[in-house]
Amino acid sequence: MKCQRCPKQATLHITEVLGEDRYEEVHLCEECAKKYLLEPQKKSTAAKPPIADDSEDAEAAPTGPVCDLCGISYIEFRNHGRFGCANDYEAFKAELLPLLESIHGDVRHLGKTPRRMPRSQGAQVELVTLRRRLQQLVTEENYEEAARVRDRIKELENS
Amino acid sequence: MNLDSLLPHLGEWLRGTGPESDVVISTRIRLARNLAHLPFATRATPAHKAEVVARVKDAITHAPPAHPLEYVDIPQLSHLDRQFLVERQLISRELASGLEGPRGVAFDPTETASVMVNEEDHLRLQVLRSGFALDEAWHDIDQLDDALETRLSYAFHIQFGYLTACPTNVGTGMRASVMLHLPALGLTKQIDKVFRALQKINLAVRGLHGEGSRAFGDLYQISNHVTLGKSETKILTEIREVIVTILQYERQARQALLKERQQAEQDRVARAIGTLSSATMITAEETMELLSAVRLGIHLHLIDNIPVTAVNQLFIHTQAAHLQKLAGHSLDGEERNAARAKYLKTKLREWSLPRP
Repeated sequence: MKCQRCPKQATLHITEVLGEDRYEEVHLCEECAKKYLLEPQKKSTAAKPPIADDSEDAEAAPTGPVCDLCGISYIEFRNHGRFGCANDYEAFKAELLPLLESIHGDVRHLGKTPRRMPRSQGAQVELVTLRRRLQQLVTEENYEEAARVRDRIKELENS
Repeated sequence: MNLDSLLPHLGEWLRGTGPESDVVISTRIRLARNLAHLPFATRATPAHKAEVVARVKDAITHAPPAHPLEYVDIPQLSHLDRQFLVERQLISRELASGLEGPRGVAFDPTETASVMVNEEDHLRLQVLRSGFALDEAWHDIDQLDDALETRLSYAFHIQFGYLTACPTNVGTGMRASVMLHLPALGLTKQIDKVFRALQKINLAVRGLHGEGSRAFGDLYQISNHVTLGKSETKILTEIREVIVTILQYERQARQALLKERQQAEQDRVARAIGTLSSATMITAEETMELLSAVRLGIHLHLIDNIPVTAVNQLFIHTQAAHLQKLAGHSLDGEERNAARAKYLKTKLREWSLPRP
């Protein structure tokens, strides 16, 4: 069985007690298990914010996803109601869709677009993809390629 | 900029002459924008905020010639000057004293266009116009937005549109609000019915100073909630339709007042002028209520010697910071009430003099 957070073999199997008759099994490698155990405890379902639960995201940690750019977690965002940076919209996308639907009755922008969009938009999309790739490369310990991706990100951010 | 130079003037939006100005005081549109690649306010260090300020300052030098903007640094202003800008509707109470670090506002001499920097979002663009002027306000702010964008790279997402610090603003980032004077709907006790209907169709109702403020002097702001999934034009059309309906209700109520209780209204207006011109102590709240009666009296042609612009001016000039600027020094609560009464007395005497 593979670790739920990285491609390594899962060696630790944890059973979380979520409430009466509710359990969750977590399978992790030793390294991820260490991190997992250091994270804040998962709250019981009743204390969870209404939007966050139903998602069956395999990566969903007790804090929800975390933005790799500004470092805020989805739970932090829900507690304060404010994003930390523009990348959060991509980082929390799965969780945000039902939230936006309930606020606006829609999840797709229909209005004005920036005039400079073709260039900046292309760069933003590439940035998002590159950041995801960078994370993956680091986990794979492919440091050579990771360095190249990081340079490209810097280049785009400064342009 | 020396803010004292603004004191004798009135923002363009208070001119009181725009379309439907018997009921609509002003129209405001604001756009929330953030810079790509810089953290939002909650995660921004003072250095980040300083960078936002520097970039926006550079961009406003390229603002459209119709709206040459001048930047005012908020941390350098006294508490009184900040409050003064709040009363002139150029900045939020949040920007004045709720936030820390580098921040400011840029606005043009007519006080029509302004840009708050480092409020909840990196930029909050605003256009404020007299009367019912949604199209003109949108035209202005769209141009201002384009002009700033030639120098700034906005955070924008293909699916979600303009990205904002709060998910309630994402998409167009646009909040359009129309300030209405609805004394007759208040007097005939129909106002709650109107507002219940508005909430059902997703429009918000607030007082003079926006979120959380009480509606003094029968002044209400009606604005859109939804910013995602509808184009700016569609949002404006929806608001326009609702405002047109409310306008009709208010005018019907005014006609009904004239028909059914003209004598009583005449008396109410005369008493309002009586109190405003003879009181020696008066609160801001009471002033607003009485000015509301006078404003209605002007539009019902029950009085003809007071111009409506004068009443609009009094709504603003009798607020705390304006009175202190006029006095040239700070005043405590009681002193303010006395200064307010004295100011009202002088002004009303000026206008009541027989004209040559």
